[in-house]
Amino acid sequence: MLLISCPNCGPRDETEFHYGGQAHIAYPENPNDLSDREWAEYLFYRENTKGTFAERWVHSTGCRQWFNMLRDTVSYEIHSIYAMGQSRPDITASSPKAEPEKPGEFTQSGDYGQAGDPGLAPGTATAPTSSEGV
Amino acid sequence: MSADHLPEHPDFLWRNPDPKKSYDAVIVGGGGHGLATAYFLAKNHGMTNIAILEKGWLAGGNMARNTTIIRSNYLWDESAAIYEHALKLWEILPEELEYDFLFSQRGVMNLAHTLGDVRESMRRVGANRLNGVDAEWLEPDQVKELCPILNTSDNIRYPVMGATYQPRAGIAKHDHVAWAFARKCDELGVDIIQNCEVTGFIKDGNKVTGVQTTRGTINTEKVGLCAAGHSSVLAEMAGFRLPIQSHPLQALVSELHEPVHPTVVMSNHVHVYVSQAHKGELVMGAGVDSYNGYGQRGSFHVIEEQMAAAVELFPIFARAHVLRTWGGIVDTTLDASPIVGLSPVENMFVNCGWGTGGFKGTPAAGLTFAHTIATGAPHKLNKPFALERFETGALIDEHGAAAVAH
Repeated sequence: MLLISCPNCGPRDETEFHYGGQAHIAYPENPNDLSDREWAEYLFYRENTKGTFAERWVHSTGCRQWFNMLRDTVSYEIHSIYAMGQSRPDITASSPKAEPEKPGEFTQSGDYGQAGDPGLAPGTATAPTSSEGV
Repeated sequence: MSADHLPEHPDFLWRNPDPKKSYDAVIVGGGGHGLATAYFLAKNHGMTNIAILEKGWLAGGNMARNTTIIRSNYLWDESAAIYEHALKLWEILPEELEYDFLFSQRGVMNLAHTLGDVRESMRRVGANRLNGVDAEWLEPDQVKELCPILNTSDNIRYPVMGATYQPRAGIAKHDHVAWAFARKCDELGVDIIQNCEVTGFIKDGNKVTGVQTTRGTINTEKVGLCAAGHSSVLAEMAGFRLPIQSHPLQALVSELHEPVHPTVVMSNHVHVYVSQAHKGELVMGAGVDSYNGYGQRGSFHVIEEQMAAAVELFPIFARAHVLRTWGGIVDTTLDASPIVGLSPVENMFVNCGWGTGGFKGTPAAGLTFAHTIATGAPHKLNKPFALERFETGALIDEHGAAAVAH
């Protein structure tokens, strides 16, 4: 079983979470302009990476917040957990494990996932352009 | 004991040739589907200058890891047609391959535990019958009569409200199936090349002309992909995408027991499927682990839940012990139906997306995929299972409709 460090609640068993598949899939800006092929890509085609994969999880029996995770799909090792709306961290540069050790580590000043707030982690400049996590 | 006293090593059922410089067709993946495809290419289409490339050992992937259930009681016409054709082939293959792989038509029962289950099951029985698939509806007392060890009383959380039953369904010995196909392939001249991993494809424009492998470059006119959980990895090498997600699927066996379980019982709602292997182990499986994974293992809570379900339905299993658990990588599609047909790359063909239910489809996958590779066009049975359906919207949605646990 995976031990997942929820950004809000700390390390919890995998059974408290639900999987949300590939992260960073933006809803098409103009769906009506898409060809059938492009719409199929959006609906049905997802990366199926063997190796480091950016994916979404939700702490469904805890805080019910979504977050992103970089996980190795072969070793199942979790490399990084980061907030919705944050761009994918670069883990190639021998960075230490970017998983929150303690609850609230990513949630200073309590602005993580507040109502009306798209769930930006502190200090993140990237504005979400999609409905990911909905 | 000295080596002189050891029994003579049995004859091998197939050669282990070195790869030739070129073949008329190369099948990537030496599991059940790859072997069946090569067999039908040689037998039905006279293509004998062909090779199967297997990165590990023969039939060591999902072919070694499945729970061997064979049935054809799928809801939709397209699925019923291809799976029923597979079942008919299963019935004649032991004779055709001259190898008894112990196909035991002991029946498969799909339990209903809710009113929704009951309605869906009766609908499926009707659909099956219209498609010539043997199916019947059993009331709880008939369920009990067929499988006395099942708890059909109302003292469980989700009492058994009935079941669908397919008498011609059953199980087979998966290793023997692989060996049966491999021996015949070898006899027909097919090269089975193990420890030969494909590392890339050689293309001339959009046309595949060869395969790069850990055992050198092989030129070929045609390539057929039969790599199950690794299909996306191969497709990426070839420069196209597949609408597939690879997940771990786990199963387990108990130690050996006297024969207690006369049929195969599947429950989607309590979620476990159980049969008793010929040797006596109880064989169980359930659903996939939720996350994408290539690790051939999953999380233990999945095993724990399916054992809890099994004990709930079969109280006498409470004292049985788990002997082994394992996982395979299954290639799931969004409509829970396979993809068998052409690919965006010329002369390259894909057979994948069989997800959690590929074993039962082995003979039909082989037959139709061989036809597709040999003629360059799909067989009527696999035509609806083309990659294009994700664009046209003509999905074959077997989620929850086909007794979805495989």
